[in-house]
Amino acid sequence: MSSENNNNNKSRMTWEGCSVLLDINDGDRLVFARLSPAAKLKIGNKNCSLQPLIGCPFGTVFQLDSSSDAAAFLSPFQSKGSVNNTEEIKDGQFQVESKDGQPSGESKDNRSLIDNNTAQSLTGEDIEDMRRQGAKGNEIIEALIANSATFDKKTSFSQEKYRLKKQKKYAPKVLIRRPVARSICEAYFKKYPLKIGFLRVDTLSLLLSMANVSSNSDILVVDMVGGLLTGAVAERLGGTGFVCNSYLGQAPSMDIVRIFNLSDEICKRIVRTSVSDLLSQKESPEQNPKHDVGSLESQSNDQMNASVSMEEISHSSENVISDVGAENAENSSFPALRACKAIKAGEKASQEMIDSWKENGFSSLIIAAPDLDTWTLVKDLLPLLSNSAPFAIYHQYLQPLATCMHNLQLEKMAIGLQITEPWLREYQVLPSRTHPCMQMSAFGGYILSGTKISSS
Amino acid sequence: MLSIDTTRKLSFNRSISNGDLVIVYERHDNMKAVTVSEGSVLQNRFGVFKHADWIGKSFGSKVFSNKGGFVYLLAPTPELWTLVLSHRTQILYIADISFVVMYLEIVPGCVVLESGTGSGSLSTSLARAVAPTGHVYTFDFHEQRAESARDDFERIGLSSLVTVGVRDIQGEGFPEEFAGLADAVFLDLPQPWLAIPSAAKMLRHDGTLCSFSPCIEQVQRSCETMQSNFTDIRTFEVLLRTYEVREGKTESKEINGNGSNGSLPCKRRQCSDGANLLSYPNSSVMARPSGEARGHTGYLTFARCLS
Repeated sequence: MSSENNNNNKSRMTWEGCSVLLDINDGDRLVFARLSPAAKLKIGNKNCSLQPLIGCPFGTVFQLDSSSDAAAFLSPFQSKGSVNNTEEIKDGQFQVESKDGQPSGESKDNRSLIDNNTAQSLTGEDIEDMRRQGAKGNEIIEALIANSATFDKKTSFSQEKYRLKKQKKYAPKVLIRRPVARSICEAYFKKYPLKIGFLRVDTLSLLLSMANVSSNSDILVVDMVGGLLTGAVAERLGGTGFVCNSYLGQAPSMDIVRIFNLSDEICKRIVRTSVSDLLSQKESPEQNPKHDVGSLESQSNDQMNASVSMEEISHSSENVISDVGAENAENSSFPALRACKAIKAGEKASQEMIDSWKENGFSSLIIAAPDLDTWTLVKDLLPLLSNSAPFAIYHQYLQPLATCMHNLQLEKMAIGLQITEPWLREYQVLPSRTHPCMQMSAFGGYILSGTKISSS
Repeated sequence: MLSIDTTRKLSFNRSISNGDLVIVYERHDNMKAVTVSEGSVLQNRFGVFKHADWIGKSFGSKVFSNKGGFVYLLAPTPELWTLVLSHRTQILYIADISFVVMYLEIVPGCVVLESGTGSGSLSTSLARAVAPTGHVYTFDFHEQRAESARDDFERIGLSSLVTVGVRDIQGEGFPEEFAGLADAVFLDLPQPWLAIPSAAKMLRHDGTLCSFSPCIEQVQRSCETMQSNFTDIRTFEVLLRTYEVREGKTESKEINGNGSNGSLPCKRRQCSDGANLLSYPNSSVMARPSGEARGHTGYLTFARCLS
């Protein structure tokens, strides 16, 4: 077991068994993986071991070295001189300098460049020969540039684009990112947004603020976005208070929570219970005939969850890693998962806890359930909140929120009601080339927020 | 405002006591912060409210004036505080604040450095994010504003989480004692590029930096300066659009209808040209975007430190 347990989510170094987000070639490919000596990653047609990644700082960049015919391996990328040198281009932000420090290439343009595939004189076989003779990726790239008839005629911006394209193919880079709410949400939103209900990172951040998520709070959450919301709330609770993940009928997947590298202390704070258990009037849910179906379902589901994770351990090898988005092809849960944690997040809430919440109320409520009807859910759950507790409800569609807001006003259950739609735009900032990015997310969902008022 | 004591949960079920800070809610766009004091009154267009009447009531209650008007008494949160605090400077609002806290990856236990403090709007949310074991060190070069901020944090119960210093960060950088200890640094300065090298020294490896600037020229210069010690440099704009909701009673009108929709109640009217006009009242909840919106606050530039 890792010795980093007590400060997992803030540790700056990777450890054996930790979860990482591998960013390959600047966001072209995003892979969640769990580091172990046997773990492997397939890049192009090479299978590399992830062992070198264990025990190094998050933020380290590795480069694929395929110079030998034996297994390709990843080695730490040493950047020469300034960090953001001309070889690294991220989202269009890079430094362009010629030897005398002046921006070069302003007088060149592409009027005489013809795109007919004859500019490169090296053939595929030539490149293979070089590789077999032990040439490293960067050497191949330099050779390609030297053998390109048109390279010198390009503007310096164009030269950098060319260099980057070749680098991505012949010397791919892998950056180790820390899996936290921000990076996990961005990765899923980019590659597999359906799994997280199209919840964009700025929308998620608003939910956490509007619901006043802070330590020593008991937060009621209805999470049908794969566990992303639950994990993000737990991360902000930091090991105090509780996040009660509640559901109607069958408990939905909470896979994404496991990607967070949450410490045992934080995992203990994530509990689950069905909505019917929360609402039931009797002492023990099993004795309540009206809610029997709900609680039986949730109990058998817990057992099912337990047996599924056992199968993963025995059947799947630790070598299996899934790209974000490829998960649905295999099974719905995060493969390559070894139960290294003694405490599993999402234990069933004890009756004591439920009783205490019924007496004191939850500090706030967050709902991200794109398929459920908002008003019926809110009508039942709002009374479970403390007085003056804030709530925030995420939905992809405006109408359910509008109806809910209207009804809350009529029933005088809440004030300060507001429906907001967040707007997010990224910029490319470069000397003489600053403008908003060409690509933009047009939509991140809607949020209904408000404060519960005392009914007396 | 925040519960730092592990044994006392953040529960607003307890009643209002003398000395508590409450948010008096008149309308969604009309709120103010009031410290409850036994002999005092609140006077507004709804009448006179005695504080004494409030003591013992629960938060979220409706309270009445001598004239029968009413207001609500809400428990303070950083969001409500941002809307009611006194503006000594231009402040950050929830859209920027929430994005900053998420993007700087601030969690309980973090050490955060901020400059300038301004009116303390962001500082309040930073304190919430680092509680109970972290700390926010915030600096402003204006002594009086620093003092007002200290008073505010005292009033809202955050003094143990936020330390305000008077310092010219652009001129002197952050204090050496924090070198290598900060998880995150936030800059809201007129010339942030002057403070960026110091920020790099303060941050741990893989620590996060954010600079907020209203003008694109400031952003360009900041990004250029960040190239030396930072990676993952990204610049964003965040804005919010609000929606209005109302029950729409529209009427669909059918000219010369035979009333084939016989089951629906409708009115029949004779028009001047002899045609019959049938109208069916519809009632539904409709939403549309508000006409007013904030067009720009500032650009947010984020980066990760390599040290």
